Amino acid sequence: MTPRALAIAGSELRILRRNRWLFMATLIMVLFALALTFAGSAPTGTLGVDMLTVSVASMTTLSVYLAPLLALMMSFDAISGDRDRGSLSLLLSYPAGRGEILLGKFLSHLAALAFAMTVGFGTAGALAAWSGGAGADSLLALGRLIATSILLGAVFLALGYGVSSVSGSSTAAAGLSAAIWLIFVVLYDLGLLGAVVMDEGGFFTQSIFPWLMVANPADAFRVWNIAASETVAVTSGMTGAASALPAWAAPLSLLLWPVIGFALARLAFGRVEP
Amino acid sequence: MDNSLIIKSVDKFRGKTQVLQGIDLTVAPGERLALLGHNGAGKSTLIKSILGLTPIHGGSISINGAKPGSAVARRDTAFLPEAVSFHPALTGREQLSLFANLSGASADVPALLERVGLADALDRRIGTYSKGMRQRLGLAQVLLGRPKVALLDEPTSGLDPISRQDLYAIIDELAEQGTAVLIASHALTEVEARTDRIAILRKGVKVADNTLAELSSEAALPTRLRITARAGEIDKLAQQVGGTRVNGASVELCCSADQKMNELRRIAALGDVVVDISMTPPRLEDLYRHFAKENRQ
Repeated sequence: MTPRALAIAGSELRILRRNRWLFMATLIMVLFALALTFAGSAPTGTLGVDMLTVSVASMTTLSVYLAPLLALMMSFDAISGDRDRGSLSLLLSYPAGRGEILLGKFLSHLAALAFAMTVGFGTAGALAAWSGGAGADSLLALGRLIATSILLGAVFLALGYGVSSVSGSSTAAAGLSAAIWLIFVVLYDLGLLGAVVMDEGGFFTQSIFPWLMVANPADAFRVWNIAASETVAVTSGMTGAASALPAWAAPLSLLLWPVIGFALARLAFGRVEP
Repeated sequence: MDNSLIIKSVDKFRGKTQVLQGIDLTVAPGERLALLGHNGAGKSTLIKSILGLTPIHGGSISINGAKPGSAVARRDTAFLPEAVSFHPALTGREQLSLFANLSGASADVPALLERVGLADALDRRIGTYSKGMRQRLGLAQVLLGRPKVALLDEPTSGLDPISRQDLYAIIDELAEQGTAVLIASHALTEVEARTDRIAILRKGVKVADNTLAELSSEAALPTRLRITARAGEIDKLAQQVGGTRVNGASVELCCSADQKMNELRRIAALGDVVVDISMTPPRLEDLYRHFAKENRQ
């Protein structure tokens, strides 16, 4: 961690606080987490699990959509915004390297995302535990949900920087980010689903499909959260696919993706001529 | 090393078009060089090449002995981009502190902002700044850390005349502390008095590089004389002097620099008929037009 990267991180964090992004992201997380927790609290009695478990299962589904979305919204203009303002060439004329600039932005955005996730899921989880009980297992599941959501956000922050670097303008970057979100979060799953239906339980469904699924960070996030906790798996009804894989597959994918994403972003940023 | 900035036969292509062609340019410590040219002449491209932001395809550039884009070169170079803007959510003080941290120089940020006339706006957000104030903020970051080379791309754009005076005072200060200053500009008239040397780019080729006086005699541009006649005697005057009638009362004639005194004596000898003479030596605009257009081969 270099002092220059920290200087950029500090400045970016100040910007996130000033333009209310930190506040908005946290508010969105709290509202959605609360809504899902209390709307989804009905099956507690029938399944015989505490309310925090149900809450975590609902919030996992929420986070698959929301974490990538918030991350991309923060990162899509990280490079293109500076270029549009004409300050990117100035920034690059300073002794800070491109890796340091990217790292600084990444650190601040990740900190903001982590804050929003922790406060959002933490508040909803605390309320669920208070009103419907919690156990060691469900508390652990909540902690895992927060940590993996931050990882998932990290992946899409990095992808956002890549998009921001290759796009000619912030407007183009916004469009491309929406496409990335749609592909990773919606279309990829639809494609896999279609393939499984066509395959009718053959070799593809048995052997390839689970790996393809876990190769997508959003699905790896889902599988990790579900496979790691039996009770969460029961409530979400998604045990089949997760059990076909070794336990390390989903965590490995979700841990590798931020690194791959950052390397791609660095590569794309390196080619930017301001 | 005598020169802070040495550019040797630099070529650059963008696709198949050659945007810089065999550019040679040197700026000595403490020298102020004006780089003139129309839009698309290659000024900004040359500056970006010096900063190492875009690759060159031939020749070499040295910044105090270092390669463009190297850590040493970036530490020694200050840059003011054309029409720069900063993040509107930060204050001037915060933005400048960030630049100071990035450059690794210990800087008195409030003093620098006061130097460029932003003392009152120190803790206001940049979003509330006018275009001229943003330009001043950009200038303040040029003063960080005593650069060896300063590259200013259209530094006067968006500035009112008084700010321009301030700007050139600051440029003089930079030069006095030994910084080699390169100013890319269209604002010909100001550059004239405020720079030591003038280089002119046309379509990626350097067509002139000299002091203003040398360029004037090289171009041999005529001095224009405008002679005003006493009421009703314009016809008589035009007959005697020659030249072209410009309005009801004056004639205008052009003469080369060495003929100027002779012409003046001749006109003075006409006596009462002449009520006024005004003399326009070749201006930078004329020179610029001469070198930027007439060197076509």
